Amino acid sequence: MADHAFGGIQIRHLYKIFGPNAQSHVEAVKNGLTKTELNERYGHVLGLRDINIEMPSGSIQVIMGLSGSGKSTLIRHINRLIDPTAGEVLVDGVDVVKMPETELREFRRHQTAMVFQKFALLPHRSVLDNTIFGLEIQGVSRAQSIDTAMCWLERVGLKGFEQKYPNQLSGGMQQRVGLARALANDAPVLLMDEAYSALDPLIRTDMQTVLLDLQKEIKKTIVFITHDLDEALRLGDQIAILRDGEVIQQGSSQDIVLRPADDYVANFVKEVNRGRVVHVEAIMTPFGATAVDSGQRIAADLTIEEAVRTLASAPEGDIIVVDPSGKPLGTVTFRQLAGAMVNAHETNDRDMAIAATAA
Amino acid sequence: MDWFYQFPHMDDNALRDLKKVIDETFRGFTRNYGELIEGFFTPLQHFLIAAERFMTKTPWPIITLLILAIAWGATRSLRIVGGCLVTLLLIGYFDMWDDTMRTISMIFVCTVLSIAIGLPIGILMSRSDRVQRVVNPVLDVMQTMPSFVYLIPVVMLLGIGKVPGLIAVVIYAIPPMIRLTNLGIRLVDKDVLEAADAFGADNRQKLFKVQLPLALPTIMAGINQTIMMALAMVVIASMIGVQGLGQPVLKAIANQYFTLGIFNGLAIVGIAIMFDRVSQAYGERLQKHREVVHG
Repeated sequence: MADHAFGGIQIRHLYKIFGPNAQSHVEAVKNGLTKTELNERYGHVLGLRDINIEMPSGSIQVIMGLSGSGKSTLIRHINRLIDPTAGEVLVDGVDVVKMPETELREFRRHQTAMVFQKFALLPHRSVLDNTIFGLEIQGVSRAQSIDTAMCWLERVGLKGFEQKYPNQLSGGMQQRVGLARALANDAPVLLMDEAYSALDPLIRTDMQTVLLDLQKEIKKTIVFITHDLDEALRLGDQIAILRDGEVIQQGSSQDIVLRPADDYVANFVKEVNRGRVVHVEAIMTPFGATAVDSGQRIAADLTIEEAVRTLASAPEGDIIVVDPSGKPLGTVTFRQLAGAMVNAHETNDRDMAIAATAA
Repeated sequence: MDWFYQFPHMDDNALRDLKKVIDETFRGFTRNYGELIEGFFTPLQHFLIAAERFMTKTPWPIITLLILAIAWGATRSLRIVGGCLVTLLLIGYFDMWDDTMRTISMIFVCTVLSIAIGLPIGILMSRSDRVQRVVNPVLDVMQTMPSFVYLIPVVMLLGIGKVPGLIAVVIYAIPPMIRLTNLGIRLVDKDVLEAADAFGADNRQKLFKVQLPLALPTIMAGINQTIMMALAMVVIASMIGVQGLGQPVLKAIANQYFTLGIFNGLAIVGIAIMFDRVSQAYGERLQKHREVVHG
């Protein structure tokens, strides 16, 4: 597999209906039968409707949604812990849906690894023995598994805890074990099902950093499920927002925050700290003739908050925005940066309110 | 109005014939296949005899040390080991050593047999609701049917002796083993099982690496119950020739020897408490990593 580039994950026209006669209702759902109608008329529950997501290799795909939106159902289709009612799930070009049982087992052993919301560690095994679980299932020799496991335990910051048992560790540390167990598998796909949702906020941020740092090296295709938009925006190269089993918006964090597809998404985005998400590039004025070169240059992919921090002591005037190679792209002012940190819609509303009172 | 006061039962002659036919058929079956079935159970008989010979022929200090070593290995508790020592010394001092050893060897063989049969049945039962629906009523019958009733066919088939006694004891003592194995496996955390699936574990790996280890404390409770119920059957088994502490009790009942009865009765209680404490402490030790310290 070393000389073969991993082909990413493609989900195409995926439907999931829960109920005894799921198959017979697919057509009706495809033709527009709604979730409520399906439930009231036939007593079946629509889990997922026509999901299409392309997840390129080596990136983090976040799937965000509230409880009941179908996100955990969706991630379980990638390693087929749940069978779809219709559609395909291509992992590295192979349709998981059509795999016979033995092939599926091999696929799960070598192509995917999963981290769970409730950790799902084996309470009777030490941290080390939990970490080698996946390798043990693969049939790797114990000595070799232990080497690999020790290496990953050190990477997730659990050196010295190998002989402890899961219940002797805090939630955050248990999830580190879960992460080490998944990474030890060395599978190209890492599935994280609300992996950090059970952790308290500080530890959660900590674990996000661990994941982002690791990803710089391991370059796996990570599917990350969360109900927390801040987490989604921080981790996701791509984000898909799920509601009632349907994808309502897909795109980068910039797209989601700056161009919410509908009121539902806009409502979410309202509470977000835009300064930490929006890049300078998104709000700059593309190059015009009027630029006053103050000599200040900032990178285009900096977030507004970082830009403000570095520019706080800079002189007034236009700041040149440059791409990674140093080529100037446009200009931005401190005023623009400050303005972008507050929600544009809200500002407009307030302006109108002020105008109305004045009149 | 006769039918109102007297239940309209089957005709007397027909009933008698029915019983006769069943009895005759079974007697015929016994005559034809009795030896074959006895042959089938010979290995068991050898096992029983070997176990009993080991327990009674080995010098008592060695047996005592052995039992204490097992107790220590299982419990790591000086209190329990001390209790075992006192119990054994008292039993020996009141001249019940040989009978006690016979009973212990019998209980040992019954327990091994119950685990060997009960564990696989329990596992099967946990895997299939259909098997569970079939096995459960059978277990109910085994537990509630008076043991004298199934002693009749067993004695008819195999005569009087150790093996029929063993079968009677196992029938009585095996249900908790099966039930608790089934329960233990069914109660294994679904999330952990899903994780095993996600890592590509096959059924065998799931059973041996996840289900059985996680169900072990419950299974241990089943083994404990099985031992206790086997001990409760000792006196009844002695009626069909099983030697041990049951026989003096039987003699005491027949002749109204109060002291003989109470001494042997207390010896049974003594070894029951020994087995119970040791197996329970072992079960608890298995669970020492289970308590949730961190929410």
